[in-house]
Amino acid sequence: MKELINKLSKDFNITDAVYQRPSLTFVTVPKGVAISLVTDLRDYEGYSHFVMMSCVDWIEEGKFQLLYLLHNPETKTDIGVKTFIDRENAEMASAHHLWKQVWTYQRELKEAFGIDFPGSPRVDEDFVVEGWVEMPHMRRDFDTKEYSENTYFPRPGRETNDPATYMRKKLYPNEPITAKKQDNDK
Amino acid sequence: MTIYAKLGYTLLGLFIVLNWGFLMGATFRKIGARLAGRYGIPFYQPWLNLLKNISIRTTITHGIMYYIGPVFRLTGGVGLFLFMPMVFTGSPNGLWTNFSFEGDLILILYFQVFGMLGMALGAGQGGHPYSAMGIARGLAQHAAVELPLTLAFLSIAIQFDTFSVYKIVEAQQGGFENWILFTNPFAAATIILAMLGAMGHSPFNLVKAPNEILIGPATEFEGTYLGFMQSAGSILHVMEAVLFMNLVFGGANSWIELIVKTFLIYFWSVFVGMVFPRFKIEQSVTWFFKVPLLLGFLAIIIYSL
Amino acid sequence: MSEKDMNDKVNEMLQRSETNVKKAEKTFIHPEDEEREVVAPDGSIIKINPIYDYFSNEKPTEEKPCSGVIEKFLNWARAESIWVLGFGTGCGSIEIPPLVTPRFDMFRFGVQMRPTPRQSNAFIISGYLSVKTLKRVIRTYEQMPSPKYILALGSCTINGGMYYDSYSTINRLDKYIPVDVYIAGCMPRPEALLAGFMKLKELIKEGKGEKANEYARNFDEYKANQKKIIKDWNMPDYNW
Repeated sequence: MKELINKLSKDFNITDAVYQRPSLTFVTVPKGVAISLVTDLRDYEGYSHFVMMSCVDWIEEGKFQLLYLLHNPETKTDIGVKTFIDRENAEMASAHHLWKQVWTYQRELKEAFGIDFPGSPRVDEDFVVEGWVEMPHMRRDFDTKEYSENTYFPRPGRETNDPATYMRKKLYPNEPITAKKQDNDK
Repeated sequence: MTIYAKLGYTLLGLFIVLNWGFLMGATFRKIGARLAGRYGIPFYQPWLNLLKNISIRTTITHGIMYYIGPVFRLTGGVGLFLFMPMVFTGSPNGLWTNFSFEGDLILILYFQVFGMLGMALGAGQGGHPYSAMGIARGLAQHAAVELPLTLAFLSIAIQFDTFSVYKIVEAQQGGFENWILFTNPFAAATIILAMLGAMGHSPFNLVKAPNEILIGPATEFEGTYLGFMQSAGSILHVMEAVLFMNLVFGGANSWIELIVKTFLIYFWSVFVGMVFPRFKIEQSVTWFFKVPLLLGFLAIIIYSL
Repeated sequence: MSEKDMNDKVNEMLQRSETNVKKAEKTFIHPEDEEREVVAPDGSIIKINPIYDYFSNEKPTEEKPCSGVIEKFLNWARAESIWVLGFGTGCGSIEIPPLVTPRFDMFRFGVQMRPTPRQSNAFIISGYLSVKTLKRVIRTYEQMPSPKYILALGSCTINGGMYYDSYSTINRLDKYIPVDVYIAGCMPRPEALLAGFMKLKELIKEGKGEKANEYARNFDEYKANQKKIIKDWNMPDYNW
């Protein structure tokens, strides 16, 4: 794996590499390089199987982190290509020309995070939630509980307990709650 | 006997046939349940279902043919009954011979298809795409069943030189060795095999199987229409059994004999259905075009030579 | 064609596509279902509105029960022959198949499954109900002939259950369609479902299974609640 990363860093601006385990590595590259790196991995390094694509909301830094996970069926190794994009007006170059299933992932990300992929087929269509008009629902600043309370007629009288605290009180009522346990509660 | 008395006896016969059909249907499901290790429905469930269907308040219509579909189906069953001698009493104008006449075998063959065609028109007007698919499948299978069945009927007609069911029954009187089962074994074998398709139980029940995605013609029908179709189905089941009893197993001399014989005939198809899983339409069509059709040809050839 | 004509045509096309895009943003109706003018086979131009042309748009009306003994007799028949629609909405739908197995065997109580809404009386809302599914449930419920009954299975239909804070699942089913019997639990066992059927039978025999009429009576209220959460209402108001 290290050899591959060394080889790749000659051509691509790899800012970070994490060796998770012998068969799994994550590399981080700037936004503009990501698609060309994925293409290179697919065409020359044997990472021909597209496993999945996902997104993490780094709200404190104002960024979205995109992950393209690829698999090499011959060496049985995985490589994840990570890249950061801006949270405001999030937009990323589309990879729909590499694998057809990328269409669906990009459609999902468009709906769930509001990331636009110009040129990706059917990217504007509804994916899972039909007729959604609010802020994209997987963004961390979307308060799902508040939305649910305002929209879905919560039944009055319902009590909600934190399962861990509730069970500890019920099973060990005499034991004082220590600092360590309190940490766990958070 | 006046025509009014005749009509009275015919209506009474229809009532008996309807209830016997319901009871047989319930017994069939009960046997299926017991084979699966379940307790199964109560034996009076079909009557409850009929009552429930009649008591449905909403009726939805898609046009005149939509109404007429279930009526046609019921007409097919009742027509089959009207021209079929039920119990042989020694005279063509007996109490339970209904309105059978010379050449009623041809009419009966027609009435077998009549209900199906009516349903095709009704379901077609319903506009549900699955109904049309179900009808297409049903008619395809029905055509495959009718071909060997008609050949066997013709063979029997040639054998006794008549198209009257009454005369065919009359010719089989005087002991079981005179039954067509023994005098014309090829025609009898054809009928016994093709009967499985005509009865419409598993393995040939894909057309009306409720668990298929396409439940077929009945998709759009509800309430009273469905009640009509259930009654028609019960009458048809009994009448098919009576037809085969008359043609192959020597008819019946009393209602008791009729009930015993139709029970056994009906349960021949039920027992086969309990053992064999459902056929696809193309499988069942090819099945009928193999052994039953060949036997039908043999039966015809032997009696035309 | 002169250059000006060409420009005009391009501008016109651009404008049309812009209006199309704007329309698509505003409404969720599929282009095939939009109200528009079409050329009939005989050459005349006719206006069509597929959603209202294909479906009946009449409000449901209350259907009066028969009187006295007759209604009691019919109610007995209805209670003893409950036909359930085979429609699973959430995790609870896995509790329904055991009912036809030898261990639970709902057939002995006259409960049977039907594959089409036209032939069924009872509808089991089995578990959490997302807004997307609610849309299908409403369409199916309205297609069932009255009298019709709803069994709500699991805590999710009562107060949201463990999905009480989800953005896509509803909290209270009875705000959107009238419910006859609630079966509490997460998940209720098949025995609980059978007990629910027994309760439903009691209710029907007492003449209390008239929720379809209640739906017709409070139709506007139910419709308003449904439309509040189904933002892409691209079907007729009442479809049967």
